Amino acid sequence: MSLLRVENVSKQFGSLVAVNEVSMIVEPGELCAVIGPNGAGKTTFFNMISGFLRPTTGRIVFDEEDVTLLVPARRVWRGIARTFQITEVFPELTVRENLRIPVEVAAGYRLSPWLSRDTDTKIRARVSELMDMGGLASKADRLVGELAHGDQRATEIMMALALKPRLLLLDEPTAGMGDQETYDITQLIRKLHREQKLTIVLIEHDMRVVFHLADRIMVLSEGAMLAEGTPQQIAANEAVQAAYLGKAAA
Amino acid sequence: MGASELNKQAPNIFVWLLLLGMPFWLPAIGGYTELGTRAVVLGLAAMSLNFLLGYTGVLSFGHAAYFGLGAYGVGMTIRYLMPSTIVGILVGTLVGTLAAAIIGPLIIRLRGVYFAMVTIAFGQVFFFIAFRWNSVTGGDDGLSGWTRLPLDFGFASIDIQHNARAFYYFVLVVFALSVGAMAWLLRSPFGRTLIAIRENEQRARFLGIPVDQHIWISWVISCCFVSVAGALYALLNNFIDPRALYWSQSGDFVIMAVLGGMRSFWGPLIGAAIFVVLQDYLSSQTENWMSFVGLFFVLVVLFFPRGVLGVIRRKVTS
Ligand SMILES: Nc1ncnc2c1ncn2[C@@H]1O[C@H](COP(=O)(O)OP(=O)(O)OP(=O)(O)O)[C@@H](O)[C@H]1O
Ligand SMILES: [Mg+2]
Repeated sequence: MSLLRVENVSKQFGSLVAVNEVSMIVEPGELCAVIGPNGAGKTTFFNMISGFLRPTTGRIVFDEEDVTLLVPARRVWRGIARTFQITEVFPELTVRENLRIPVEVAAGYRLSPWLSRDTDTKIRARVSELMDMGGLASKADRLVGELAHGDQRATEIMMALALKPRLLLLDEPTAGMGDQETYDITQLIRKLHREQKLTIVLIEHDMRVVFHLADRIMVLSEGAMLAEGTPQQIAANEAVQAAYLGKAAA
Repeated sequence: MGASELNKQAPNIFVWLLLLGMPFWLPAIGGYTELGTRAVVLGLAAMSLNFLLGYTGVLSFGHAAYFGLGAYGVGMTIRYLMPSTIVGILVGTLVGTLAAAIIGPLIIRLRGVYFAMVTIAFGQVFFFIAFRWNSVTGGDDGLSGWTRLPLDFGFASIDIQHNARAFYYFVLVVFALSVGAMAWLLRSPFGRTLIAIRENEQRARFLGIPVDQHIWISWVISCCFVSVAGALYALLNNFIDPRALYWSQSGDFVIMAVLGGMRSFWGPLIGAAIFVVLQDYLSSQTENWMSFVGLFFVLVVLFFPRGVLGVIRRKVTS
């Protein structure tokens, strides 16, 4: 039984068709990469899955439930979490505070005027666990806005993870990062996928990252699905090479 | 309590000591008790506004409406329904809170200037009702013919009617309960979702916070406490007129909050105190006292965007 089924979604902005009749199926535990040139419609595609945008046509089914018209918060409650191409965190709060908010929401306390001592201890422990996993423990009490770009991206991923998602959407997790940072984030994502069996869909421009991580790759070009397959199939696909890989290699 | 905890609590202890001692030190420096009471009442209004403005990041220009509903609520209860100060406050608060709860869903989808404008518009509706409905509200002349009454507990009674100090301490108790409740909420998981919305609404939404719903709750809480302040304001003056609901009164609350510093919990109280003192002093000197307050406000905003308390805090930490 598939976790996510995207059925023929399109998104039109005025006369521009940003996404054109794209379908995708994601099985539980898979790591899928979405690649494609700038402006191909990758982020728009994510925006429809996460509820940022409503598709012009088509359907999105998550865990056998039609979520096409649900607002973002409701999709989060069902298990879809995302990060953004341009980092979205709470820059004037500390790393600890940034993580505490989603941990509390995920534990069902968003409306609580009060926490028992017991619950508070559990929540703190979970926040620490997330900081350790993201390599952020030494920066726990720093303002996120003051951290290096890589650490801000890591914070954002851990915030999404704090929600205990069943599907994690990462929009260019390594964008703007140096080699070391890219390596660290890649290892983190790999660990989440391998050890926690987390289902992940990520958009990525860095082909080393894509080929290192992905079980399956889908290629978008000018809003349409150009190809889909294993990394080997995509690497061998001539249309893809012409449209995208060729350009990146040149 | 460790040393760092004590350090954190120091400003709170300082403020409470000042407030507790006000009827004693204020006259010594040329003030009078009612002036202190006024500062505390308007301080509560500004702090309530700031629950929404400073901690949720939503600017309302219509809080005078709920302030006024609290005020008319207490006045009309005592005059028409039941001669009890406490019941009057409860009715006033209930009326203001209910009105806010009902109007809330109509406005919480709006943001920024649009939200501010619509809150003004709704506020003006209440202003015109109070202004026009002569037979009940006293119209332009205001609602008189009632006074606050002594608190009667059966076994004991406290004369807040004639004793200005007793009334001050009564106001301070209500203030403490209200402000305590707001501080409590801000330190709760719910309070943190509000700060999340203020910091980055989009991120908050995609962390599973239904932003509109949380803003609605914050709005209702904010308006609830501003109606408490309105009720106390009417009791202080033994009178209420439609100007308390006028949109410029909402503007005064915003000025107090920004003047004192809307990113600090006590800032709006300081702002209200400065406002009240300036008003008291300048209005006896000149008709145009408001232009001086305005000038002072502009200077603070230009040079100390984090408000008066923001400056003091920076001095202390650096
Ligand atoms: N909200 C919007 N309104 C109008 N046009 C939009 C909007 N969002 C995206 N577009 C357009 O849709 C097209 C696809 O954009 P999208 O951001 O999905 O591309 P992308 O594949 O993520 O590109 P990149 O690799 O640069 O991030 C672009 O031409 C973009 O200008
Ligand atoms: Mg993009």
